[in-house]
Amino acid sequence: METKKDSIIDQLTQKPWDPAQVKIDNSHEGRTFNLHVGKLGLRYLMIVSTIMFCLFIVTYGDRMVYDDWVKMPEPFLLWINTFVLVISSIIFVRIQIASKKNQFKKAKRDLILVGFLALIFLIGQFLVWQNMVDKGYYVYGSPANAYFYLFTALHGLHLLGGLVYWVMTIRKVWNINNIIIRKAKHTIELCSIYWHFLLAVWIVLFGLMLFT
Amino acid sequence: MFVVLLVLIVILGSVVFHMVSPWWWSEIASNWVGMDDTIILTFWITGAVFVAIGLFMAYCIWKFRYQKDKRAEYEPENSKLEWTLTILTTIGVIALLAPGLIVWNNFVTVPKGAYEIEVVGQQWGWMYRLPGKDGVLGTTSIKNIDDDNPFGLNTDDPYSLDDVLVDADDLHILVDRPLKLNLRALDVLHDFYVPQFRAKMDMVPGTITYYWFTPIKTGEYEILCAEYCGTGHYAMLGYVYVDEQKEYDEWVNEQMTFEEVLASNGKSDLIKIALNKKNDL
Amino acid sequence: MAADSYEDVVKNKETIPALEVAPQDLYHAKSFWTKYIFCQDAKVIGIQYGLTAVAIGLVGLVSSWLMRMQIAFPGLIPMDAAQYYQLVTMHGMIMVVYLLTALFLGGFGNFLIPLMVGARDMVFPYVNMVSFWVFFLAVIILAASYFVPGGPTGAGWTLYPPQAITSGTPGGDGLGIVLMLVSLAVFVIGFTMGGLNYVITVLQARTRGMTLMRLPLTVWGIFTATVLALFAFPALFVAGIMMTLDNMLGTSFFMPAIIQFGEKLTHEGGSPILFQHLFWFFGHPEVYIVALPAFGIVSDLISVHARKNIFGYRMMVWAIVIIGGLSFIVWAHHMYVAGMNPWFGFFFATTTLIIAVPTAIKVYNWVLTLWRGNIKLTLPMLFSIAFIITFVNGGLTGLFLGNVAVDVPLSDTYFVVAHFHMVMGIAPVLVILGSVYHWFPLITGRFLNERLGRIHFWVTFIGSYSIYFPMHYLGFMGVTRRYFEVFEGEAFTYSITGINQFITIAALITGAVQFLFIYNIIVSSKFGKKAGKNPWKACSLEWRTKDVPPTHGNFDKELPVVYRWAYDYSVPGADEDYITQDTPPSAVANARAEQT
Repeated sequence: METKKDSIIDQLTQKPWDPAQVKIDNSHEGRTFNLHVGKLGLRYLMIVSTIMFCLFIVTYGDRMVYDDWVKMPEPFLLWINTFVLVISSIIFVRIQIASKKNQFKKAKRDLILVGFLALIFLIGQFLVWQNMVDKGYYVYGSPANAYFYLFTALHGLHLLGGLVYWVMTIRKVWNINNIIIRKAKHTIELCSIYWHFLLAVWIVLFGLMLFT
Repeated sequence: MFVVLLVLIVILGSVVFHMVSPWWWSEIASNWVGMDDTIILTFWITGAVFVAIGLFMAYCIWKFRYQKDKRAEYEPENSKLEWTLTILTTIGVIALLAPGLIVWNNFVTVPKGAYEIEVVGQQWGWMYRLPGKDGVLGTTSIKNIDDDNPFGLNTDDPYSLDDVLVDADDLHILVDRPLKLNLRALDVLHDFYVPQFRAKMDMVPGTITYYWFTPIKTGEYEILCAEYCGTGHYAMLGYVYVDEQKEYDEWVNEQMTFEEVLASNGKSDLIKIALNKKNDL
Repeated sequence: MAADSYEDVVKNKETIPALEVAPQDLYHAKSFWTKYIFCQDAKVIGIQYGLTAVAIGLVGLVSSWLMRMQIAFPGLIPMDAAQYYQLVTMHGMIMVVYLLTALFLGGFGNFLIPLMVGARDMVFPYVNMVSFWVFFLAVIILAASYFVPGGPTGAGWTLYPPQAITSGTPGGDGLGIVLMLVSLAVFVIGFTMGGLNYVITVLQARTRGMTLMRLPLTVWGIFTATVLALFAFPALFVAGIMMTLDNMLGTSFFMPAIIQFGEKLTHEGGSPILFQHLFWFFGHPEVYIVALPAFGIVSDLISVHARKNIFGYRMMVWAIVIIGGLSFIVWAHHMYVAGMNPWFGFFFATTTLIIAVPTAIKVYNWVLTLWRGNIKLTLPMLFSIAFIITFVNGGLTGLFLGNVAVDVPLSDTYFVVAHFHMVMGIAPVLVILGSVYHWFPLITGRFLNERLGRIHFWVTFIGSYSIYFPMHYLGFMGVTRRYFEVFEGEAFTYSITGINQFITIAALITGAVQFLFIYNIIVSSKFGKKAGKNPWKACSLEWRTKDVPPTHGNFDKELPVVYRWAYDYSVPGADEDYITQDTPPSAVANARAEQT
């Protein structure tokens, strides 16, 4: 593996036909980043998802300035849900530490806990919806309501997707053996990165709705 | 080697077609000669590039056709040549862009003396509103629209009563006077377009857009809707008549003001409210 | 990666796994189903993408025939305005998204990327397979909209609200528009999965010695296009979701208060222009998502068949990257007369015309590659030449439309129709056709029939040029697009009936000859002349597989090692006029490149 990576500009200004360059290039490993493809794949998906949420936020900002914008109350339950999400992120940090130390028993227990918390969060969000509908904040009321339902729904769907990956993680960790021990660790790492990402997205969305 | 011929025929054929084509724009009837001129300029520059590249390519295909005992030249790049071409292209692009931006600046800057007319588009026809004696268009809202008030004028706006309402597809305008069209749509996107005036702008429900021009020739011009607006899009036609002052005045006098429309519908109470507002002013 | 101390835990076992997991565990197909249907081999997936795209593309082709018949010979095929607009819409949407995008990225991307970078397969073969089936589902949903009450949407491919979701538009108050939006959302999801593979395979799964600057331009084009899609498609997704909510749940994201046919709708305060911004933030990069792979592929075709390295390779790469970057700050040139803030016009006209510079460089370099080449006039070369002419023509008319003041009279006329068909319809299609002739020997091991191919080329090129070149002049005259009855407007200086009939006949012939091409493909795949290995004497890796056609896993037991860039044609001193990328320096001691 190369010790020092050329910057992207350096790479793009190479003359691949130049005999001196040919010699350097012949020892190239082929990879661009010293990263596992899984991690890179997760980053890719997080970028796509971030772009999507950013675009929503841009339209939110654009739509907010019109005078039919009526602010929506933030039920207390939302704070609890946020807290649940924070807790599960913290637990994921613990899981990662445990898996690094190969304490898979601990990791297993915490993984179950995280799944449980995710379900609580989803149920909690659903209760918030019901609460809002009962109070008469329908989706077609003010655009603020529409955005609230939209954001929570999309975030919830992301979490559901995360749960699918969580199931895959569980399967790997439960059937852990010598060969896939690395894979299990890797999967745990990806899963926890994704959970932190979802927490970050939620905090941005929640903060946005809170302060506007 | 038919391909060389083909390339030549396509290149030269395009030039010939351009020169003999009877399909060309109709004579301009507004002040936007600058747009036509920019198009002509663009034609010269892009046409020269098109012909040059085409002929050069035809030459290459013919001259460097495959020969078994020949080798192609090995030349990965030639920075000098590439940068020269880049700079030349940049100059060409600037030559196109600069006049375009100047014309656009004129297009979006409405001159001070321009009088205003509102054009209203709805599926699938046109309506017009003139500001009336006070020279100011009253404000409107979609919410106010009903059978008595097809334009949705605010009755509490003192400028609205004398507005002249034209519920027809045809419009008369004055020759040689800069005119600002305020564009409004009631349902979906439309676009008020008269080919001879060159100008166009979409009408967007929920907002008022505009453009301006000065008609320079009297006559009758057909209006086309230029933004797809549903099944009847193709039938959303009308006429603009560019008149001298006298004919224009005659036409305006035949039209009803908002006050008259309300009166004819027996809504004198509304008129009263509006008049009170006006006196308050 | 840091060494793991798992031994402490798994005390009983002493086997130590390899530090690096083998780069790819290929799932080898066992049954018919896993070999041809739920296959994880990128090459099969590429062909699946290609066939699906072409199948739905034929619907788009027939739609265009019917439209042209209505324009030139009204009444000959009975249809009403609603049906006409449905044809217009489905034609546009199918051709842009479901045919061109899917074919270039899903089809060519899947088939060529692993082969060209020297990988056994995509990095996530399973996700890749799912990606195709999600795309397939999107196509099915799209096709289903033909069979719902009210028919498919007739909102125009731009789907502008409010008309897209109101009753004055065919399919606007029924299921047509809903299915369209759902299909697009599904497409975006499927595409994201595919794009994940294309990007990461190019970045991480290249074989030894394959630096970024040794990649063939085809890979650069597809790679950059996929990155564009990664940024652009979310915008379509967002716009689609918000419009679906406006339509189904009565929200007001894009819907202002409107009164339609005397009835006040419940929406209030939304902004139709916001949709247009989102749409074109997707829509303009989308043009380059189609164009960049074509740029890349055509560069390779020209280079191979002119037996010369592509001229100015580095400039070509930079141009692709710069065009890709710029394509995100030009979107509002589609909206000069859409009623947005007029001052935006200055900015977007400037950025738009700047994009002409890197694009022009690409054209110069293609032509300069021909200069002092040794040009073989094979079918791929013929199509490449036709591409250059068409693309130059379409690109130059873009300078009219991008220049904001000139756009005012020309927008929404047939000039626009002619321009974008030339530049992103015909030009990329010519590349697709050329590349099918080029890579067919790799896919099937046989050549396509030459004689049929020549007929196909001549009719396609002359036909399509005669459709779209005269059409510009209708635009100058002010003939507005999307008119069900193209009438003789009073502003028109000359009758448009004759020219419309000419265009329609040219379109019918050009379309019909594509069926000859399909016939050629079917027959030649069985009875064509055997091609053997590397029939075009190309340098790049896709021709260096163990078997022709390549089997799952692509290469022999060991992956090829790359010793040079993809364009070592006619190297002075070399025995042959090409040196493949995996030829070690010792094998070509005489060649100039190896001397120092």
